[in-house]
Amino acid sequence: MSAGEATAQAIPRPRRLPPPLACIGLAIVAIGLIMALLGPFLARHGAGELISERPFPAASWALPFGGDHLGRDVLSRLLHAAPVTIGLALGATTVGFVIGLTVGFFTAEVRGNTDTMITWILDILVSFPPKLIALIAIAGLGSSLPILIATLGFVHAPRVARVARAVAMNISAMDFVEAARARGESVLAVMVREIWPSARRPMAVEFGLRVTFSILVLSSLSFLGLGVQPPMTDWGSMVRENMSGIFLGTPAALIPALAIGILTVGINLVIDWIGGSSGRRLTEELSR
Amino acid sequence: MASLVLGRLLLGAVTLLVASLLVFAGTQALPGDVTTAILGNEATPETRAALVERLGLDRPIHVQYFEWAGRFLRGDLGLSLVNDVPVSRLLDLRLKNTFILALATIIVVVPLSLFLGLLCAAYPNGRLDSSISVVSLFLISLPEFLVGIILVLLFAVYWSVLPATSISGFRSFEHLVRALVLPVLTLTFAILAHMVRMTRAAMLEVMRAPYIEMALLKGASRSRIVLRHALPNALGPIINVIALNLGYLISGVVVVEVIFAYRGLGKLLVEAIGNRDLPLLQAVALIMVAAYIVFTLLADIVARLSNPRLRFKQ
Repeated sequence: MSAGEATAQAIPRPRRLPPPLACIGLAIVAIGLIMALLGPFLARHGAGELISERPFPAASWALPFGGDHLGRDVLSRLLHAAPVTIGLALGATTVGFVIGLTVGFFTAEVRGNTDTMITWILDILVSFPPKLIALIAIAGLGSSLPILIATLGFVHAPRVARVARAVAMNISAMDFVEAARARGESVLAVMVREIWPSARRPMAVEFGLRVTFSILVLSSLSFLGLGVQPPMTDWGSMVRENMSGIFLGTPAALIPALAIGILTVGINLVIDWIGGSSGRRLTEELSR
Repeated sequence: MASLVLGRLLLGAVTLLVASLLVFAGTQALPGDVTTAILGNEATPETRAALVERLGLDRPIHVQYFEWAGRFLRGDLGLSLVNDVPVSRLLDLRLKNTFILALATIIVVVPLSLFLGLLCAAYPNGRLDSSISVVSLFLISLPEFLVGIILVLLFAVYWSVLPATSISGFRSFEHLVRALVLPVLTLTFAILAHMVRMTRAAMLEVMRAPYIEMALLKGASRSRIVLRHALPNALGPIINVIALNLGYLISGVVVVEVIFAYRGLGKLLVEAIGNRDLPLLQAVALIMVAAYIVFTLLADIVARLSNPRLRFKQ
């Protein structure tokens, strides 16, 4: 055992709990992940199972959140839809993130004319309104899971690339990266082994922001009837189905909408906590 | 400075061009069959052929694009496929309605966000500032339809003081105002937080400057420092924020118009997609995308012109 480790053990680093808001956020994200992984197994009823003859049955012990427009159990449907909403958002974000990250790091590392040209293209791609682009793509290509993921990936990629480029620019000016280049490491090796380890934290914040954005856009699309198509359900389409119940004062549309809102707020609370300590403030970062 | 503005305008023009290509590619030049998309699977070969003829789908793609873009530039938007009405006539009313909605939102949100932003900047990290920063984090994360649903449940269902939909057309000014309250409130919630935060950030940036400290030391009052010393220099970034959010409003109206059955452009776009009404869809999509691009471009140019360092660089 070396001396360094001994000191580290002798004086344990004080482990502070995250601030209360961040704790709430972490709890929400944990519950969201559990619902996404286990939701369908936890549901008491099937997604399409008719529990009541009447539309919008009131909340009771058997139906904790009441029933929907066809008399199905809202809670069970919420659990069945969780993997769709969360899985789709994670999938779309990952696609856009990986592409954006690669392009951003690459352009920051090669610099020169390639960088100027890529930045110019990114500037153009970023100036399209994300939601409208998604709507147009779906109007033309129809709505299916691969199309939804590809469209959102297309929206995310240039935005992630710009952030990744800015982050990588700062890192690639440092001496240890210079040393790696002097050793004759390839561009890929510099990107993966030198830049990425230092860029992880700001890029984690970016990933979180992008997941929130994915959830909001996908839910909006489903709310408009242009996202996830029946018989598959996500939280946004549950809101859509039950909008007519709003005027009767039933909460069937409110519950999935709240689920989306709570989840996105939870994610943003976590991001704000992670990002706050590295100097990035969420509320000033959100580009819309 | 002129070259800088020209450069941005050029970028904007290229962006518009790419946008028109995207809209065209997304709706007409698809790998799939446009006639099936419009007519469905049961169409007879005759109706298909008629549609191909009418839309000119049998010609090469680039010819189709240039003709389409050319007609569009001349203001000829074609006929709606659903009811054979000129697209421009359908657009007329919807454009006006969306304009009213956006204008009403701006009238509410701009003074409110300026006021709150200035207040936050005057007392940074004070009680008001920190509570607004937490609230804005929540508001930014919420989907528009959640805010809309809560407002409808409260004002239209439980208290029944306001109409939940504005579908019945406008009879009088009072009727118009009542119909606008809930959609405007929903949009306000969607952008207010962002605008307050950005206004605050722009003001604090200026208030770090030495001349503000000088004003403080010579004993100027806080309101005088904020309004007379700092605000004029922060106006550029603030106008930038306003223009950016105008751009956001354009896509934000889609969901809000659908929630409240408000007959505007956004709802028309969703209807056109649902009906597979290609000419209508292309026109609405292009107008909305173009408006968004113009607003973000304006925001960018204002931000650059207002910053002497950016203005005289290069």
